[in-house]
Amino acid sequence: MTTVRVVITLKPGVLDAQGQAVRQGLHALGYEGVSEVRIGKHIEITMPDETSVDEINAMCRRFLANPLIEEWHVG
Amino acid sequence: MSVKTISPESVGLSRSEYNEIVRRLGRDPTPLELQLFGVMWSEHCGYKHSKLTLRSLPSSAPHLLQGPGENAGVIDIGDGWAVAFKMESHNHPSAVDPFNGAATGVGGILRDILSMGARPIALVDSLRFGPLTDPKSRRIATGVVAGIAAYGNCVGVPTVAGEIFCDPGYRDNPLVNVACLGLLRHDRIARSRAVGPGNPVLYAGARTGRDGIGGAAFASEELHEASEHEDRASVQIGDPLAGKLLIEATLEALATGDVVALQDMGAAGLTCATSEMSAHGGVGMIIDLDRVPLRESSMGADEIFRSESQERMLLVVRKGSENRISAIFRRWGLQAAVIGHITADRELRAEYHESTVVALPPYALAEAPAYRAVACEPPGLAERWITPDALSTVDPGSALLSLLRGSDVAAKRAVFEQYDHMVQIRTVVAPGAAGAAVLRIHESPPKAVAITVDGNGRLCALDPYRGTRLAVAEAAANLACVGAEPLGVTDCLNFGNPEDPEVFWTFRQSVMGITDACRALQIPVVGGNVSFYNESPEGPIPPTPVVAMVGLIRDVSQIATQSFKKDDDVVVLLGSSVPDLAASYFLTQIHGLSRGRPADVDFDIHASVLSAVREAITSGLLSSAHDCSDGGIAVALAESAIAGRIGAEVTLPYNDRAEVALFGEAPSRVAVSLSPDRLPDLQILAANHGVELVVLGRTGGSRLRIDVTDRRIVDLSLGELIEAHGALDEVFR
Amino acid sequence: MRFGVVIFPGSNCDHDCIHVLRNVLGQDVVELWHGDSSVNDVDCVVLPGGFAYGDYLRAGAVAATSPIMPAVKSFAESGRPVLGICNGFQVLLEAGLLPGAMLRNRSLQFRCRPVEMRVESTRTPFTWNLREGQILQMPIAHGEGNYFAPDDMLDEIERTGQVVFRYSEGISPNGAARFIAGLCNQAGNVVGLMPHPERAAEAILGSTDGRLLFESVVSFLESRAVVGRSSWVVATEQRSPTYDLRPTTYDRSRR
Repeated sequence: MTTVRVVITLKPGVLDAQGQAVRQGLHALGYEGVSEVRIGKHIEITMPDETSVDEINAMCRRFLANPLIEEWHVG
Repeated sequence: MSVKTISPESVGLSRSEYNEIVRRLGRDPTPLELQLFGVMWSEHCGYKHSKLTLRSLPSSAPHLLQGPGENAGVIDIGDGWAVAFKMESHNHPSAVDPFNGAATGVGGILRDILSMGARPIALVDSLRFGPLTDPKSRRIATGVVAGIAAYGNCVGVPTVAGEIFCDPGYRDNPLVNVACLGLLRHDRIARSRAVGPGNPVLYAGARTGRDGIGGAAFASEELHEASEHEDRASVQIGDPLAGKLLIEATLEALATGDVVALQDMGAAGLTCATSEMSAHGGVGMIIDLDRVPLRESSMGADEIFRSESQERMLLVVRKGSENRISAIFRRWGLQAAVIGHITADRELRAEYHESTVVALPPYALAEAPAYRAVACEPPGLAERWITPDALSTVDPGSALLSLLRGSDVAAKRAVFEQYDHMVQIRTVVAPGAAGAAVLRIHESPPKAVAITVDGNGRLCALDPYRGTRLAVAEAAANLACVGAEPLGVTDCLNFGNPEDPEVFWTFRQSVMGITDACRALQIPVVGGNVSFYNESPEGPIPPTPVVAMVGLIRDVSQIATQSFKKDDDVVVLLGSSVPDLAASYFLTQIHGLSRGRPADVDFDIHASVLSAVREAITSGLLSSAHDCSDGGIAVALAESAIAGRIGAEVTLPYNDRAEVALFGEAPSRVAVSLSPDRLPDLQILAANHGVELVVLGRTGGSRLRIDVTDRRIVDLSLGELIEAHGALDEVFR
Repeated sequence: MRFGVVIFPGSNCDHDCIHVLRNVLGQDVVELWHGDSSVNDVDCVVLPGGFAYGDYLRAGAVAATSPIMPAVKSFAESGRPVLGICNGFQVLLEAGLLPGAMLRNRSLQFRCRPVEMRVESTRTPFTWNLREGQILQMPIAHGEGNYFAPDDMLDEIERTGQVVFRYSEGISPNGAARFIAGLCNQAGNVVGLMPHPERAAEAILGSTDGRLLFESVVSFLESRAVVGRSSWVVATEQRSPTYDLRPTTYDRSRR
């Protein structure tokens, strides 16, 4: 068995209200140099070693992410 | 299981408590048993310092179907229907982790109501923080509100009423008191007393993990600086989805008629449920800890017993029905496992890895010793009762705006818009529309139930006995102003360290206050909660008893709310108590003084006024009704104007200083508005009840104009009033 | 008429919808369990509000994978009426039965309050009794009602007349693109909206505008039953011959 890590974030054109709020919070704490914050999901999936990259991408495309608004990165 | 000697002190027990344990068991407890005593005999679970005092609370009434002693009280509302309600505190966890502390507080009280076999239909919250200008208090306040919203919304129970108060005394010890109201049929009341030797004991709900181990003991300690980080491990995390599934599955299981006894696993988890259920039923129980569904591998017996993982219930079911009942929980996606059975002997026995690890009489754990605590009146109270004569003059209009801006009075719209207050489509009077929420019972039309929550730490700090009576009086007034008759009270008694005789004196005075007030109004106390040790190195919180009162409305079409409804209505004051600035919100908010003796409520007069108001409402005479409390009649009129977006022009019937007339406080006064042609009827009605009535003026226009003895004292636009009243929006949005 | 209300683990407004359909409108109502694979022979499917699966992963995402969803999809594909309310709307989006996606409210807070919305299209079973431009008042209660679709998709949705309701107060309560409060599929039989019509079906609760949507689908179904044909298009032909199928132009000047 192997553990695959997937990071899912909102696509660049989509409003990340939470990321904006967090950036505001960092600025309020004095980290004014911070320019952009994007918030995503980190998912760890334990699966059989022989699972193909295509299958993992299919899991992401069909369910773990909403391709209309999200993109993903398999680590 | 590790065999190590544990000192009683390390589990929060005293030497004399240890000796009592030995006396009850006839031997020394094993280390594991001692840990169980540590949680069950903590103040939070055992009520050691409060039990004796609480006995004075009036808890019987013809319509009371279940009084204190169960997970919640149950009151008859007619036609075979009943409501269950109770209030709980989750103060210490909310100080450490506001979001999760408040969320699990909601989860816990929901399960208490569910344990009575009732479907939870409403939540109300009473919250106290330090001043919201302080960043720490603001963080806690916004976190608590978000936590209540997150749990309540997801679980589908509307949060319909509440209050928020701020005072420096709560800065390090916020108060989060949540009450829940449930609906059930008389013949479906569930109880916790386990009966029937051979009946299986069924565990249902989420798996057991290491959450909150030592949580009950943690609630019984004072918080210190490092607490926030060290104590995070003791704060439980709730899962509102599991909470919702548990509600549906449990109600479905109860409907089979095969559930004999039921209790939720809350504080002290499995320890509390097993010992209390057996003790209440006068039976024994054998539990096999290896059968408990676990979330983490290799949990010790002590951890399984003390875990406070949320969303778990313990049931005793009729022998032979366990598979069918388990299937119901599994269908809803929850764990269900038979973990033991009832026995005829009076012994609670637990097995773990094929050894007996606990074997003791259940009452030994469930009934912690009761203490006669020492009470001592704090010095200097009488001095604080002197209201200063010479106060710097303030412009009454600016003062009114300042009072409206204060967090005690300001609109809480930014808070309750975060709560789904409409789910279950019962909410007829929503938050902000009146001093109480009204929920229709569409299963038994045209009935409705009203609920309000009231407390006043400011008044209780000055005179805990009178302050508490005033809180009960105000709750009854809030119910009357929507047209409801009080049915019952549940309370949350929030105090500092009970081992401090001065703190304990305030506690005892408060309990006396509730007792006397409820006896006078003939309202039973159906159950409640005591939260002690709300103290920091700076000292205890102000004594803060909070009462939630539930009332019945026979016909939901006969209710009132606080907003002016139309132009040219007559504005009338019912009740003739004389206002006074002593102990008033005006003194605190404008002059920064906590001075003066709170008023002594005359409950005969109070009952007459409320009775008149109720009858006026059910006779359809009134357009609006609003009791006068914090800020006196000026604030009450301003609130009615703001809510209705209609101004008013009134003359107050006092020839005292303008400030006293406007902002002076007195119990048993209700400001109402009605069509001029109904005024004669109201005058006759008031006279019949022996209640004084004074016509103050008329509604209309877009300004609030208040005269005192021919002088125009207040002249403010609706816009100014609304703007001041909206001061809390920027804190909570 | 027979309505099927789908119950997912965590649905909250199922009982409310059932109450309105059964007790207020006198219709036949059955519960459709998420774990079943058939919608039986109902005339209309309702996906109610709530927090199906706790809104875990994304609101409606897990529910969209439920065993009952293939049956709901076939039902929708056959042209019969499907209504998704709030969480139900989110499930329809995640299941691909409606275009677009939901984001968190711009304020990042749950918002529960009455809103006004304008009827933009009367070519759905739930709005065919209403007037274009009619203003309805009913409550919202959600944390993820910020409707999103890429601009070209939004333009297409507008062009094909798929916007059914638009928030009409001039300010969006959640940031939804083009103030979209509800929309339908191309065929017009599947409608999703964020506001709760079941909470505005009885006068005592403040508004009866929500009831109009349910009454609309009941009369639509009854008229179709009379005709005895299973095509939605036939039903529209039964209406006024001057009925105009062109979409309402979104008046940007009103923003």
